[in-house]
Amino acid sequence: MTTTSSGIGSAADVLAVLRDLPGVDQVGLEARAAALSTRSIKKDAKRTAIDLAISMVDLTTLEGADTPGKVRSLAAKALRPDPTDPTCPQVAAVCVYPDLVATAREALGDAPIGVASVATAFPSGRAPLDVKITDTEYAVAAGASEIDMVIDRGAFLAGDLLKVAEEIVAVRAACERGDGTHAHLKVILETGELATYDAVRRASWLSMLAGADFIKTSTGKVSPAATLPVTLLMLEAVRDYRDATGRQVGVKPAGGIRTTKDAIKYLVTVNETAGLDWMTPTWFRFGASSLLNDLLMQRQKLETGRYSGADYVTID
Amino acid sequence: MSRLDVRKTYKLYIGGAFPRSESGHTYEVLDTQGRFLANAAKASRKDARDAVGAARKAFGGWSSRTPYNRGQILYRVAEMIEGRHDQFTADVVAAEGLTKAQATKVVDAAIDRWVWYAGWADKLAQVTGNANQVAGPFFNLSSPEPTGVVAVVAPADDSLLGLVSVVAPAIVSGNTVVVVTSYDRPLPAITLSEVLATSDLPGGVVNVLTGDATELGPWLAGHLDVNALDLTGVDGAEVAADLEAEAAVNLKRVLRPSSPDWTAEPSLTRMTAFLETKTVWHPVGV
Repeated sequence: MTTTSSGIGSAADVLAVLRDLPGVDQVGLEARAAALSTRSIKKDAKRTAIDLAISMVDLTTLEGADTPGKVRSLAAKALRPDPTDPTCPQVAAVCVYPDLVATAREALGDAPIGVASVATAFPSGRAPLDVKITDTEYAVAAGASEIDMVIDRGAFLAGDLLKVAEEIVAVRAACERGDGTHAHLKVILETGELATYDAVRRASWLSMLAGADFIKTSTGKVSPAATLPVTLLMLEAVRDYRDATGRQVGVKPAGGIRTTKDAIKYLVTVNETAGLDWMTPTWFRFGASSLLNDLLMQRQKLETGRYSGADYVTID
Repeated sequence: MSRLDVRKTYKLYIGGAFPRSESGHTYEVLDTQGRFLANAAKASRKDARDAVGAARKAFGGWSSRTPYNRGQILYRVAEMIEGRHDQFTADVVAAEGLTKAQATKVVDAAIDRWVWYAGWADKLAQVTGNANQVAGPFFNLSSPEPTGVVAVVAPADDSLLGLVSVVAPAIVSGNTVVVVTSYDRPLPAITLSEVLATSDLPGGVVNVLTGDATELGPWLAGHLDVNALDLTGVDGAEVAADLEAEAAVNLKRVLRPSSPDWTAEPSLTRMTAFLETKTVWHPVGV
């Protein structure tokens, strides 16, 4: 496939690739996900998995009631998830709305923690393209190192794949900082609204061809949010995409992952599907807020041998 | 032709549901003659963890109900035990080897005990709280509040009256409970959990674990989300001392082992053991 300077092939090429994608075996996919979630991960392996999961968390607050104070306390938690234990790793990023990016960046200081900002009229994505681009440019200018954009599900479901792709290309261009670097672009598919696994596979490939650095399952505002089969499917997509093009794309399940047990199931799935290359915060993230507390409580349980409680982690 | 026995395998009662033990283990419950009665679930440490989680989840709602409402709900439970009088009597006969007449008395006493505690729900604050006299123009009010999640080791011998006498006083003031039943005689507790599940008591307020208290005890004693420990049914001073030491990790309130005469008139002790006193100052005339 020929690619243009924006990273996307010609429209006809893209549509041809999407048309040729094989359909998804729903029963097989769900059975595979169920089989992967039965692995027993104990002791040292569990300890490693918990620390890895903590380092993969995009600590998220996306509420209308978010205040600078709340974002600052979230940043403090990102820096020291467990203040009683200096060996506890930091999270990968904090994820906020664009107007709070500057607050988050300031609160995090020079720490190697990213600031992810949702943009493009999150969560519905129902705004004109120039508004979406302005939204993105604002967040990038405020210091966001990662942009979480939503695709236009209405256009996607109506079959206007080209419009979806062009928006992603335009937002990707808005992520440029002018010095040759760019804010990493995560494309939210909102799989809960895409109805079928075939659509998820097509949307994944479409996003990657259009230049996504990450594909993300959900906004967290729609139920069902991330599920294991959907994440497995997206991991297959990034694996196959790298085989086809040589470019590696990350995956971020978001929403509905609340327990350590769930997180470990996802890590097993990453390892078994995409492989070790994806087992780092650079290529796999959890979009979550309450997950971190459960990870910390499980970590404390492993350290002390006693079950911990909500009184021993911060309230978000 | 005689009918085949329906041999029962009971489950745990956690968060208003009846799950099997996470471990999948069960054990045989025998009557005092050594004959098979039923299979009971053998709770593991993870069941204890889940039960504490359920109790914690239920605490907010239960403790913020009006005391009057808690009294109503507990009285309703007593009504329902009364409705299952025959079943409880049969359980007690089988579990404790009493005659039917003796067992009937035990069940009567258990119901009366439950009603007695239910009546205290909206009276406890008057007795244990106070409007304190202070040297200044302030209202100074002390009022009792529930401690939180209480882990209870129920008496081993007195499997119904003893159980009721340790559970009811803990929940009446708004605490939630994880109770480890008598290992050898769990059937009255199981029947009680069936009663609780169909009464108005919110799920998670009482969680019933059938299993070995020596196995579950240390996990409950060390659990940082448990606020108080009632060791009434613990056998052996050394075991109790170990549990008490473990409970000190997060300064749990501890009630030490005892084997009182359960048929005697109770005092307020078991209720006040799991209360915290909150004192508020408020200026007069504002």
